[in-house]
Amino acid sequence: MTDMQKSWALHLGIIALLFVLQFILPAYHHGSLARIMVLTCYAMGYNILFGYTGLLSLGHALFFAAGMYGMSLSIQHLDWSTGPAVFAGLVAGFAMALVIGMLLLRTAGVAFMIVTLMFAQAGYLTVLYFGEWTRGDEGFVIKQELRRIAGFDLSDPTNRYFAALLLMAVCIVITLRVVQTGFGRVLVAIRENEERTRMLGYDIQRHKLAAILLSGTMSAAAGAAYGLLFGYAGATFASVQYSIFPLLWVLLGGAGTVLGPFIGTLFMFYLIDLSSELTTAYMLIAGLVLVALTLFAPQGLVGELRRRTLRWLP
Amino acid sequence: MSLLSTKDLSRHFGGLKAVESVDFDLPAGQVRALIGPNGAGKTTFVGMLSGRIPASRGKVVFDGRDITTEPAHRRIRAGMAYTFQITSVYGRLPVTENVALAMRWRTGGDEAETRRRVAEALERVGIADRADQLAGDLSYGHQRLLEIAMGLSQSPRLLILDEPTQGLADSEIVDFIALIRSLAGEMTILLIEHNINVVMQTADAITVLNSGQVLAEGTPDEIRANAAVQAAYLGTG
Repeated sequence: MTDMQKSWALHLGIIALLFVLQFILPAYHHGSLARIMVLTCYAMGYNILFGYTGLLSLGHALFFAAGMYGMSLSIQHLDWSTGPAVFAGLVAGFAMALVIGMLLLRTAGVAFMIVTLMFAQAGYLTVLYFGEWTRGDEGFVIKQELRRIAGFDLSDPTNRYFAALLLMAVCIVITLRVVQTGFGRVLVAIRENEERTRMLGYDIQRHKLAAILLSGTMSAAAGAAYGLLFGYAGATFASVQYSIFPLLWVLLGGAGTVLGPFIGTLFMFYLIDLSSELTTAYMLIAGLVLVALTLFAPQGLVGELRRRTLRWLP
Repeated sequence: MSLLSTKDLSRHFGGLKAVESVDFDLPAGQVRALIGPNGAGKTTFVGMLSGRIPASRGKVVFDGRDITTEPAHRRIRAGMAYTFQITSVYGRLPVTENVALAMRWRTGGDEAETRRRVAEALERVGIADRADQLAGDLSYGHQRLLEIAMGLSQSPRLLILDEPTQGLADSEIVDFIALIRSLAGEMTILLIEHNINVVMQTADAITVLNSGQVLAEGTPDEIRANAAVQAAYLGTG
């Protein structure tokens, strides 16, 4: 098998495995996994920009929230049905990424991080400011009867699981395609050595903007799906905490790997879940494990696996 | 016919005139060396040719087109290949991918054609046997050859080599001279070089920069005989 066949086999295999798990898993883990898969899409969007292009954003909650509010506000206040509402979420994320992206391209390095952080903070405050519609921190519940798509009730656990899996499968396929094509390789080249890449004849700004658009839209898709599948939109999802999460998930799982975001999100979710069963000081345990991982697997779990044995992992 | 020319090209950094009013003309097919003492403005001059440094005044014409304000990546695509003075390969990527990145835009995503051209370029500089290694694992000399392979793979009309022999061992320099000679006739070459031996053995013509201005221009023999050049650069031994 060529490397490309191997990687398709692996990733499609994992999607198939997750499909089968839906029939086996007990209710609790079934629900958790649906949540993890949606958040994985967020992490995958983040990974396009951070892992592959080498641009560290501290404000991705802005895109996640743009998707979530684009979707939920149009259901709540414009009485849109679910399909168009999800589309509105995607458009909101794309438009946000376009505007912010154009401004971000004027910055580099630390300035890039600070500016993303500031925009996300501005986004968070905007959500609070328009509390009349967004209900601010308290948020609002999206009524169960409005969460239907093509006749499927998305609040039903089975449907929800499959919707999450479908979204994640789409994100995996998109990411795989991106990294296999010339476009993705130029992103990696920009990460590795921007000036060299420019002097090989590539328009750096155009590639970075495309990466921001893809990353922002994927994050927005995750945000819209999260609001829809779990029936709630609130300002927490626009807060700085939700900008840091995808960074952690991607770092843990392996930046610049296709599966890293999934493994990282899964790992972190269960790490907090299991340690909070043991003690109320669960963040202490989580923190120690994170420190150990950064010490002994600095490239993340999947990154480490790639370094040691599976060199072909995309 | 001239492939590249500059008119009144200048670059000032504050009060410092790094390059001042340089008229330069490079005929197609020539191997031209650009020499001069440290601080003569060679790097700034080449930076303006390749688009890394904007010009303060004057213009650059490549292949009959005024490219003075064109961004660097467009100049590369117009047929100008540039190799870095300080080795600047992608250390964490395989050798083949380094070269593929250099010319994938030329093959329009045809991976088979890309692979063929990558192999050809690596063969040409003599590191085909290292194709699957990571570029960062190559010896310094091989990394410099990889740089040149990256430039060659683009089948450029003009190949700009910025200090290509810096840090090479003597035996490697001999091979390098042979490589440049084999390329002469296929493409126009602009060589920025410190090693006067390399220059004398490869260049058809030499331009000497001093204090940002053209001090002399001519064949290797003329330059060798030029008293002003001797005083400024070669020393009066």
